[in-house]
Amino acid sequence: MDKPIRVLVAKPGLDGHDRGAKMIARALRDAGMEVIYTGLRQTPEQIVAAAIQEDVDIIGMSILSGAHNHLFPKVIGLLKDQDAEDIMVIAGGVIPEDDIPALKEAGVAAIFTPGALTTEIVQFIRDNIKR
Amino acid sequence: MFEKEKFEQIKEARKNWEEKDLNKSLSRSPERKEEFKTGSGDIIERLYTPEDIDDLDYMEEIGLPGQYPYTRGYQPTMYRGRLWTMRMYAGFSTAEESNKRYKFLVDQGSTGLSVAFDLPTQIGYDSDHPLAEGEVGKVGVAIDSLADMEILFDGINLEKVSTSMTINSPASVLLAMYIAVADKQGVSPEKLRGTIQNDILKEYIARGTYIYPTEESMRLITDIFAYCSENVPQWNTISISGYHIREAGSTAAQEVGFTLADGIAYVEAAIKAGLDVDSFAPRLSFFFNAHNDLLEEVAKYRAARRLWAKIMKERFGAKKPQSMMLKFHTQTGGSTLTAQQPDNNIVRVAIQTLAAVLGGTQSLHTNSKDEALALPTEDSVRIALRTQQIVAYESGVTNTVDPLAGSYYVEAKTKEIEDKAMEYITKIDELGGAPRAIDAGYIQKEITDAAYKYQMDVEKGDVVVVGMNKFKVDEKAPQGLLKVDPMVGEMQKKKLVELKAKRDNPAVTEKLTALKKACEGTENLMPYIVEAVREYATLGEICDVMREVFGEYEQSVML
Repeated sequence: MDKPIRVLVAKPGLDGHDRGAKMIARALRDAGMEVIYTGLRQTPEQIVAAAIQEDVDIIGMSILSGAHNHLFPKVIGLLKDQDAEDIMVIAGGVIPEDDIPALKEAGVAAIFTPGALTTEIVQFIRDNIKR
Repeated sequence: MFEKEKFEQIKEARKNWEEKDLNKSLSRSPERKEEFKTGSGDIIERLYTPEDIDDLDYMEEIGLPGQYPYTRGYQPTMYRGRLWTMRMYAGFSTAEESNKRYKFLVDQGSTGLSVAFDLPTQIGYDSDHPLAEGEVGKVGVAIDSLADMEILFDGINLEKVSTSMTINSPASVLLAMYIAVADKQGVSPEKLRGTIQNDILKEYIARGTYIYPTEESMRLITDIFAYCSENVPQWNTISISGYHIREAGSTAAQEVGFTLADGIAYVEAAIKAGLDVDSFAPRLSFFFNAHNDLLEEVAKYRAARRLWAKIMKERFGAKKPQSMMLKFHTQTGGSTLTAQQPDNNIVRVAIQTLAAVLGGTQSLHTNSKDEALALPTEDSVRIALRTQQIVAYESGVTNTVDPLAGSYYVEAKTKEIEDKAMEYITKIDELGGAPRAIDAGYIQKEITDAAYKYQMDVEKGDVVVVGMNKFKVDEKAPQGLLKVDPMVGEMQKKKLVELKAKRDNPAVTEKLTALKKACEGTENLMPYIVEAVREYATLGEICDVMREVFGEYEQSVML
């Protein structure tokens, strides 16, 4: 049998809203993935270190505080610095439509906004992480 | 509650109705669903009759408004005497920008202020802290020192207005700044009216803006209780919050149970610190959510009021009636808003407003239609405020006290929520009280379980969210959302440099050293914090002194 997909669910920055992150983490776990949840207030450095140490395939980040334009690209930059660009990054939260093109340009593979279903996210990961 | 003979007649009539009318109706056209559930997922019966409330003793459980156990409200006349305070939570960007928004709100008929601080402020970091990068001015206003606070309240008479501040871990610092600004306006502390949230336990549970470990946080809170009962007697020293517990996904009964369990922990801590229960309990206040299930929500507020009264009287032996009265602020439920078809949110907020008012709230914030997408614009805030005004002046529900009392369903539901909440409190007592139950992750896990169940019900379509999982349309991204100036961080940093060049730095050091020494001892910290803010010590500097002595809280990560 294939090795299960490993996911790091992370809360970067100071935002304390973790309902969404926890829902996604549980849904991915129920879909058979191995999920590590960081808890709150992670710096980009901590997230990248955890992702490398845990040997994950994908990082899912959630921000509702508006700090996404600063924090998402920073995580991607650090992954590049550490030759870990193979780790895919997806994100969710309250992300205004206007900000999405620049974030995708920066390397966020997909952005899920309010109302997204966990099944869509599971499907996206399965389709894009080939084992 | 009913005469025996009459009651038997009702019972008999109901039996006949079930056998004849109901069965006939069901065989002709079955009901839409096997089971009907409340917004919290509890089963609702088809019909409620006197049978469902027969074991309720009217005088003991329901009573009269202004009388124990306050089920019908804590004042005899409720909204006939005075409407609730229309208090719109607001704040973003700089103190200058937020000051403008407050003046707009007052101009539009808002009757109280409510300050939203940005995350660095809420977590005790100045705007130039590395962790503040990207967060300054985003979810609220950035306040680094008394200088910002002076601008925030410029032209607003603090003797006239009541101000609520959503601040928890650094509550003592922001309260000290408020006292200092008032002083500069010539308003003495005993005249100040308002509320600080100051509820650390729900930060650990659901909201996340904690700084210090539990014990030290509880000390800061009881220091505020003691200081205010002497110096700022009209100030609500805490707003024990179920709002964020509900937003995190709890049920209505969990919202009441966990919030009152937190309340019990604060009362116990203050009594342990040597305070007399009646010296601080009258200034405790509460904060609840308003979701869409109108009648369940109304029952929730009534249940919370009754249960708290019983707890204060029976468990803590409070003597003053004011110590037993649960007074609360309400905010409509942010998590019920949809990003899809945002205009529909206006309707949701109207229903939630009715729930809060029919439940007897003392103040209310109504969310704006665009808040699933961004901070609200002035136009959308105006509609949200107008919603309250329409309920207040046009709906008629304010004309009589607690109009839903006596509804078989609402009374039965009130009792059910009270009982369920009490079960949670008993469980938490067995675990050693709320702080221990939080350390063990019990409360967080219960909430996450409820949230996940709800999420799955939405995804299966068992719960309908109009415009989101049913009645969908293709829509364009909404235009004209509020954007916070990305330069706010830089502006705040510049202000900090100027402040540090201008203030009396040796005096700042002296006050911070004195504060540190007090932290190491057992004295009340409030006077030291007030002294430090007066010298323009920054929020970050003051919080760092306490971090150094107290250490920091470590979250128990629960899935």
